Amino acid sequence: MARTSISDRVGGAAFKSRHEKTPIEAALIDYTRRRVVPFDVPGHKQGRGTPGLAEFLGEKCVSVDVNSSKPLDNLSHPTSVIKEAEDLAADAFGCSGAFFLVGGTTASVQAMILSCCGEGDSIIMPRNVHKSAINAAILSGCVPIYVNPGIDTALGIPLGMKLEDIEKAIRENPGAKAVFVNNPTYYGVCSDLSGIIEAAHRAGMLVLCDEAHGTHFYFHDDLPAAAMHLGADMAAVSVHKTGGSLTQSSMLLYNGARLNADHLRVVINLTQTTSASYLLLSSLDIARKNLALNGEATFSKVLQIAEYARGEINAIGGYYAFSSEIAGHAAAADFDRTKLSVHTLGLGLAGFEVYDILRDEYGIQIEFGDVANFLAIISVGDSNLAIERLVAALAEIKRRKPGRRTDMFDHEYISPVVSITPKQAFFAKKKKAVLRESAGAVSGEFVMCYPPGIPVIAPGEVITQEIIDYILYAQKKGALLTGTEDMDLRYINILD
Amino acid sequence: MELWYTEQHTDSVRFSIKVKRHLLSEQSDFQRIDVFESDEFGKFLTLDGLMMVTEKDEFIYHDMIVHVPMASNPGIRNVLVIGAGDGGTVRELTRYDSVAHIDMVEIDKKVVDVCIAYLPQLSCRLGDKRVHIHYEDGLKFVRQKQNAYDLIIVDSTDPFGPGEGLFTKEFYGSCVGALSNDGILVNQHESPYYPAYARNMKRAHRRIREFFPVCRVYQAHIPTYPSGHWLFGFASKSIDPLCLDADKWNALGLKTGYYNTDLHKAAFALPNYVTEMLENADDES
Repeated sequence: MARTSISDRVGGAAFKSRHEKTPIEAALIDYTRRRVVPFDVPGHKQGRGTPGLAEFLGEKCVSVDVNSSKPLDNLSHPTSVIKEAEDLAADAFGCSGAFFLVGGTTASVQAMILSCCGEGDSIIMPRNVHKSAINAAILSGCVPIYVNPGIDTALGIPLGMKLEDIEKAIRENPGAKAVFVNNPTYYGVCSDLSGIIEAAHRAGMLVLCDEAHGTHFYFHDDLPAAAMHLGADMAAVSVHKTGGSLTQSSMLLYNGARLNADHLRVVINLTQTTSASYLLLSSLDIARKNLALNGEATFSKVLQIAEYARGEINAIGGYYAFSSEIAGHAAAADFDRTKLSVHTLGLGLAGFEVYDILRDEYGIQIEFGDVANFLAIISVGDSNLAIERLVAALAEIKRRKPGRRTDMFDHEYISPVVSITPKQAFFAKKKKAVLRESAGAVSGEFVMCYPPGIPVIAPGEVITQEIIDYILYAQKKGALLTGTEDMDLRYINILD
Repeated sequence: MELWYTEQHTDSVRFSIKVKRHLLSEQSDFQRIDVFESDEFGKFLTLDGLMMVTEKDEFIYHDMIVHVPMASNPGIRNVLVIGAGDGGTVRELTRYDSVAHIDMVEIDKKVVDVCIAYLPQLSCRLGDKRVHIHYEDGLKFVRQKQNAYDLIIVDSTDPFGPGEGLFTKEFYGSCVGALSNDGILVNQHESPYYPAYARNMKRAHRRIREFFPVCRVYQAHIPTYPSGHWLFGFASKSIDPLCLDADKWNALGLKTGYYNTDLHKAAFALPNYVTEMLENADDES
């Protein structure tokens, strides 16, 4: 599908004038002006019942923490201002429809999967999905067909899926309902989404995109393509992550040609609260306006800040702030240049060590650190002055903490052997086993390994000797292993 | 009609000056810049509504931020001044023939332009040929310099807004790299009296102390700053400001309104509550 220029789409006067409106915000302002006497929930009654709320959060904030009602519409059955705001969002993002969600992008991801994959259905997904996607498989009973994400062995990060691997998975699983794609990954890597969409649609499968880290793709031509613009069927977009709305607010975008939007709404309502927060809803409305009117300029600035930071960080020496040069091949078709991902092993420090030093000694909080890299998110809210602090702090860390150059540990992708569905495993009776002695058993839990941030094992998969050896090796090398009940991972829950 | 400039020193304390004329109000990329004229303090400059300098009492601040380090090490040749857009610090520095080179790094060109136009008493020496003005972020400038200066003066705004980066650990660490072995770092160190300012002072002191073997604080009385009691930080790799060759400085014959060599030593004698605060600067409060 040909991609129309974002610049042309958002640049017109008619577009700008449509997006000046914020229907939910306007309805809330009107509601407070009318000084309605509330005999409904929430019980704090615009802050009066809990004086500390207004003191801490502000009078204005608590006065609009109100309940659904006729003038304010209802998120589970939107017909007026919420509907209008959702339609404006669809227009701003360039797709046929949008749902606002207040349970985070976790809820969006789960709704996408639950809407098209029932008990026993298959879904093709990369192994490095967010755990919300595998959790959705637990809820729905569907069977994940995992595709190997390539790994950049020098950096120790997972990449995207190769088109040929997707095509192979489609051939081997012709009955699969959907293909699930990260666009981009946490580290900013994009698969060949356009090719994947074509292959999936040809096979009659839907394409679901986790765009938790891709809100900005919708508003700038110099960024990787956004899922909706390429013709994907659904996309879960964390507007709160890089788009500027409040934490926990999210959108589910869709193109309607291959799906029933009313069914999608019913699925969302399965798990979504019936008391949706108007603070979150209005924040989506206001963020959409800002993105529509200023997104292009904002992300130009974000790109410029990120490029500047990369140049300065790479000039310090020891650090490698990588960019699109790691992409341009089958497993990494494109790279999100707003992500400031920095490889630290050349400095002799682990990524999580730099992450800790920045927070503890310099008061700088970054998104995460793994063994070999750290990632700083640059977004709508950043300034040149803040980036100078990060760059200066990194220069200081190099000056003050000379380390020894260390090598990356090797990690190979281990194809999982799925014995039963995640749902069956999750609800099955389990017992504790010593990890070293668990070969042959079926795991009841996840083991995640950072780097490269891929589940080594998920519920329902067979624990092999190869997996045990890999976990022990990763532990010895200082990788961060998470997901099991036993924090030290000496034991693992297996199926009884 | 009465027109008053008011600065909120705390949530419940205000400081006001009766204004004769509001000469200028401009928004730069970084802050709001205002110039007023008054009977009591002459013309004065505010940034984001906070008092920066007045014509009447500016000599106190500029005497103390410049002459204390200059008298402590008469060998100072290369100086870096960060902030100081009004030009007062540079004016005092240019009185020393021994100073060969002054880099002044001010992030906001508009502040300098406004001071040249409205406050010539302060900005009069910005054209001195030893003065090189750089309009950029001080943190960025200093981290790119190695062993380049004998003296760094941080004449900044408070640590919120554009001045924030100049009160950070990464900034003080970068200063260590930019200073020579006899290098001195002097900074405006906020006030010990009101808790919000005292917190800034303690944080700055705690961070500087990590990097410099000599780390002292001195004081001055500045009528238009919050509480009137203002501090300066003196940090260095080797030079102790209390080992002063008074005769050498006095021989220069510089006429000053506030500073003298007796006051130099006395300014380092601090009230007990301030000494205690500095000793306990590690306690977060």
